[in-house]
Amino acid sequence: MSEGDFKTKNMYLNIGPSHPTMHGTLRIFAEMDGERIVSSVAEMGYLHRGFEKHSEAGTYTQVIPYTDRLNYVSPLMNNVGYCMAVEKLIGCEIPERAQTIRVIICELSRITDHLVCIGTNVVDLGALTNFWYYFNVREKIYDFIEKICGARLTTNYTRIGGVSRDLYPEAVAELAAIIKDVQLATKEVRGLLERNKIFVDRTLGIAPISQEEAINYGFTGPCLRATGCDYDVRKSEPYCGYENYDFDIPVGEDGDTYDRFLVRFEEINQSIRIIEQAISKLRPGPVMTSDRRVALPPKAEVYTNIEALMNHFKLIYEGVRPPPGEVYSATEAANGELGFYIVSDGSTNPYRVKCRPPCFPLYAAYPRLVNGVMLADAIAVMGSINIIAGELDR
Amino acid sequence: MVKLIDIFKKNFQADILDSHEQQGNETIVVSPERLHDVLGFAKNDPETLLNALMDLCAVDYLGQGPRFEVVYHLYSTSKNHRLRIKTRVPEENPKVKTCVDLWKSADWFEREAWDMLGIVFEGHPNLKRLLLFDGFEGHPLRKDYKINRRQKIPEPLERP
Amino acid sequence: MRLKVESKKMSSVVENNFLTTKLSELVAWGRKNSLWPLPFGTACCAIEFMGAVDSVFDISRFGAELVRFSPRQADLLLVLGTINYKQAPVLKKVYEQMTEPKWVVAVGSCATCGGFYDNYSVLQGIDEVIPVDVYVPGCPPRPESILLAIVRLQEKICKEAVGEKPELYIYKPHSVRK
Repeated sequence: MSEGDFKTKNMYLNIGPSHPTMHGTLRIFAEMDGERIVSSVAEMGYLHRGFEKHSEAGTYTQVIPYTDRLNYVSPLMNNVGYCMAVEKLIGCEIPERAQTIRVIICELSRITDHLVCIGTNVVDLGALTNFWYYFNVREKIYDFIEKICGARLTTNYTRIGGVSRDLYPEAVAELAAIIKDVQLATKEVRGLLERNKIFVDRTLGIAPISQEEAINYGFTGPCLRATGCDYDVRKSEPYCGYENYDFDIPVGEDGDTYDRFLVRFEEINQSIRIIEQAISKLRPGPVMTSDRRVALPPKAEVYTNIEALMNHFKLIYEGVRPPPGEVYSATEAANGELGFYIVSDGSTNPYRVKCRPPCFPLYAAYPRLVNGVMLADAIAVMGSINIIAGELDR
Repeated sequence: MVKLIDIFKKNFQADILDSHEQQGNETIVVSPERLHDVLGFAKNDPETLLNALMDLCAVDYLGQGPRFEVVYHLYSTSKNHRLRIKTRVPEENPKVKTCVDLWKSADWFEREAWDMLGIVFEGHPNLKRLLLFDGFEGHPLRKDYKINRRQKIPEPLERP
Repeated sequence: MRLKVESKKMSSVVENNFLTTKLSELVAWGRKNSLWPLPFGTACCAIEFMGAVDSVFDISRFGAELVRFSPRQADLLLVLGTINYKQAPVLKKVYEQMTEPKWVVAVGSCATCGGFYDNYSVLQGIDEVIPVDVYVPGCPPRPESILLAIVRLQEKICKEAVGEKPELYIYKPHSVRK
């Protein structure tokens, strides 16, 4: 008998949206030859919540809670990204302490994002132990985030012109202890995975993509860096004073699943480095700008001075009023470039807010990545590109 | 350093309808007919090399001349600069030539712009709804679509 | 080493102690302590559910840790996150595929009432398509709230078994829109 005798017809397989590895909201429709994917179509939109329409309906400040729910694994970074875009539009500077706090919270959320990404996706590969290691430290980070802003997940921490409140007195000491734990957990998990035969077999050389193709597909973040391109907004267009920090951009070589995982591991270590430096840079000072176009005047002035009272009244009733114009501001979120394009018509509501989610081009390229690989490996690929449906569908 | 705007003005003279540099974002406005040429030039010219299409979106200026604006955000990974290219299309004929042939990332961005605002991208291989379900009527990000106008819950799954 | 079963001792335990109950109560006791949840997680609440499953909060203390992603093998549907119009038929289908008896917990504001997404795309509460037993408020609820919902549901299962009308523990913030 020859091999041809065993040939069967291709079959069609629908995966998702209610499927554990499709994160409940993604859907793949694949043509299968045995266990190999011949061709596939990706579908999204199962978590479309009208973020952009809602932003047009509210004031500039009212958009901030909606940004929490874009990438709900690292909400603080979305807060920062959006507020920076509005600040750029208005042209206001934020105090140094607020900038340092923003760096700390950004890097902390980058860590939580990578923890969740690696932790849950190796569960899909059958390695449950790492999940426990990582989720223990993730709870510690969440406790810290809860203490600084009052919520574990939906933080709503930054404001246009700074951050909503200062760190609590013991924050720095607790933070230093937390990042030590993260470092230890990362060392353990990495030790379990990096040379693990099963893990390496299922990820090394699976679904590689070249640098040019990745750029053409609009890749950014760890997935682009895994291909060898060192594009990182923190280095190429520094914001929040990132130019004053000493850190490296980890890059991969082949752009395969294995590289994507390792880049994330190394980024956790780099984020810890940045946080350590930020802690030493933290100086006492205000956390909100004194620019009266965006910040409320001090209460003492409001009670004694008519201009300050008017100012307070206007900001509370109407909100921030940027000049007419448009702005695109990019930040480096955990998954890549998070951009906000805001059009202002001079009124108190944004005329148009377009969020450029880093996941969107990654997921668009997913069929290209998985065509030709085994179905089980496609699950690992999905994990490694880390699609967060909240920002994918908005 | 030569400004990107000047490079485009030199090469496309009358086709650059407008340009500005608000908040450090260099912006040019071109006519929809010449848009594809400008984008192709931006991607391949050795001076610009804007090889990544970071974002593509549309804006609805209800009540203004040409109603819709299609906005492209380009970035160059080798030269580290950005450019915004815009074009205006009228309500009766909101058509732009697709740029999927230049950037693969344009595929879904264009589908999203069609889904949300009803911009037609001529030559797009698969221009259909992306975020919303198939039976949805209208385009929700248009300014004349009321935010909470709800439609019928669709029927269970069909093949895409 | 071989374990020696002390059969005499065991039988004496059974002989001297007995328990009377109604069959329905015994079944309810069994059901409430071995809930098999299907986490229909779509958004932020699913991330908090992961928190409830992890070793800090540990949902297995309440006998509901063995998540099943097949509706045929689950009796508790946890709806975690926003359900929009595109997702609604999928949710309905998953619910219909579950075998009786089955319960539904709507976790978070979005599943309960649409949350602050009052727009063209989001379903204003999953009870527009499927019946719900327990509503959990919060955006997202803390893992403790999810644990509390499990406890409340267990109480409800017991009461239903003896024919009592269960209380609605956590009230829906808005009236049901049909």
